[in-house]
Amino acid sequence: MKINSNLAVSDSGFIFNPSNGDSFSTNAVGADIIRLMKEGKSLNEIKKEISAKYEVEPGAFEKDYEDFISQLQDHFLVSHV
Amino acid sequence: MKTEKLKYERPAIRKMNTGLMNKFGTRTEYAPFTHIDGVSVKELINKYGSPCFVISERTIRKTYQNAVRAFKTRYPKVQFAWSYKTNYIDAVCNVFHQEGSWAEVVSIFEYTKAIENGVPGNKIIFNGPEKTKADLQVALENNSYIHIDHFDELYDLIELTQELKKTAKVAIRVNMDTGVYPMWDRFGFNYESGQAWNAINKIMASEYLEMVGLHCHIGTFMLDPNAYAVAASKLSDLAVNIKYVFNKTIQYLDLGGGFPSANTLRGAYLPGPDMIPSIDEFAEVITNTILNYGFKKEDLPLLILETGRAMIDDAGYLLGSVIANKRLSDGRRATIMDFGVNILFTAFWYEHKITPAQEFSSHTEDMVIYGPLCMNIDVVRSSVTLPALNKGDHVVVHKVGAYNMTQWMQFIAMRPKVTLIDTNGNSHIIRENETLKTITEPERMPDHLKTFNL
Repeated sequence: MKINSNLAVSDSGFIFNPSNGDSFSTNAVGADIIRLMKEGKSLNEIKKEISAKYEVEPGAFEKDYEDFISQLQDHFLVSHV
Repeated sequence: MKTEKLKYERPAIRKMNTGLMNKFGTRTEYAPFTHIDGVSVKELINKYGSPCFVISERTIRKTYQNAVRAFKTRYPKVQFAWSYKTNYIDAVCNVFHQEGSWAEVVSIFEYTKAIENGVPGNKIIFNGPEKTKADLQVALENNSYIHIDHFDELYDLIELTQELKKTAKVAIRVNMDTGVYPMWDRFGFNYESGQAWNAINKIMASEYLEMVGLHCHIGTFMLDPNAYAVAASKLSDLAVNIKYVFNKTIQYLDLGGGFPSANTLRGAYLPGPDMIPSIDEFAEVITNTILNYGFKKEDLPLLILETGRAMIDDAGYLLGSVIANKRLSDGRRATIMDFGVNILFTAFWYEHKITPAQEFSSHTEDMVIYGPLCMNIDVVRSSVTLPALNKGDHVVVHKVGAYNMTQWMQFIAMRPKVTLIDTNGNSHIIRENETLKTITEPERMPDHLKTFNL
């Protein structure tokens, strides 16, 4: 799973997709995930970073991560590599 | 040095849309609702479990006193009667009785509850279509006000009073066209067709019935105060005619209830608080109509009000917790709570305000709120904008004091505790949660079904 490389993501969680003009807002955890995905991090690396920064168990985060990815798919923001 | 971790909120993304018809459509709460009357929601849940109902005694008293002020500053003789069916938990009833409310009951069960709470018989108004002869006898012996609903009841009462040679204090319930539909003509005697006058004639002709009042209850969640002006005018007309024809002074006009609370009705464009008339507007039209009707000063009737919902809805909260989050096949977020329509019956007609009980970020999602029941209709809110809620997070449902604690269903799950926060900020259990025993105790097992082999 790869996030579209041309997405513009601001620190506050504002996302702009220049390929179709859609814009989105995401919360802090969502913005961190997208940033880490853009850096090419794997799920395990993302899980480690998020659970180090936030009060969340890695297992609980993985469920939310899968759900978030499905939302990104719904909005055509990720592509299967 | 150990760094503090940040509070986690599950990741969520929302597409930004412009040009929506209603710019207020996706607004959510700005602040978490963490305390009720100074008591922490988290502590209440730790102490009494989740879900649990919380009643604010301070809010009941404040709301009641405001309603009394609205009427008493406009009219010299006013009496409120607490509508038991709206919430008949004894502690709630007693707050109203301490404030000076009589009891208004609609069944012998409620009647007995009022008596056991210590309400004197002559301060109980007995309404409703079902009163057996035995029920009527109890009310008669206690000198209660009996509001006759139909001719069968009237004939029963005539027979009974003749047998016992005891006078009953009676009123009739009158139904009428007030310009609001549907017309509640299933209760009482119709005004326009002359049925009410016919009943009055029969009462005046009977030896042991004393006609003391006239009663109506024109509907529920009434949004038009003018309907009450019509009702007050038609009751006044009957009272004046009774005086003229029989030279009998009617002691009271009972305008019933039906005033709305600040809840938002399903499908309403504007939120409840922006839509409902204030209690003062109802008081203004009702009292003006009676005062201007032409009663002599000494004949001015006592004005009785039986409003329930508007007195108690604001004082009730339901605390609950998130069981799970999931995504529906069409991509919508679904949040499953530990309370459903079994205990939040009013979710069928209100869009209840639901507020998270802990800090949240400004990011919100449109979601469906489901209850825990394995039943498709268990939908608490079909579409609500709320922040991303995690499993175990707490929420507060507002304005649930009316009807939920009487119309709730024992279905699939047990009914939870009801607690009350007193005016000093102390919390009390006023109704214990149900247990398996509550449900199975009244059951009986025939001998041949006691055993089985699997």
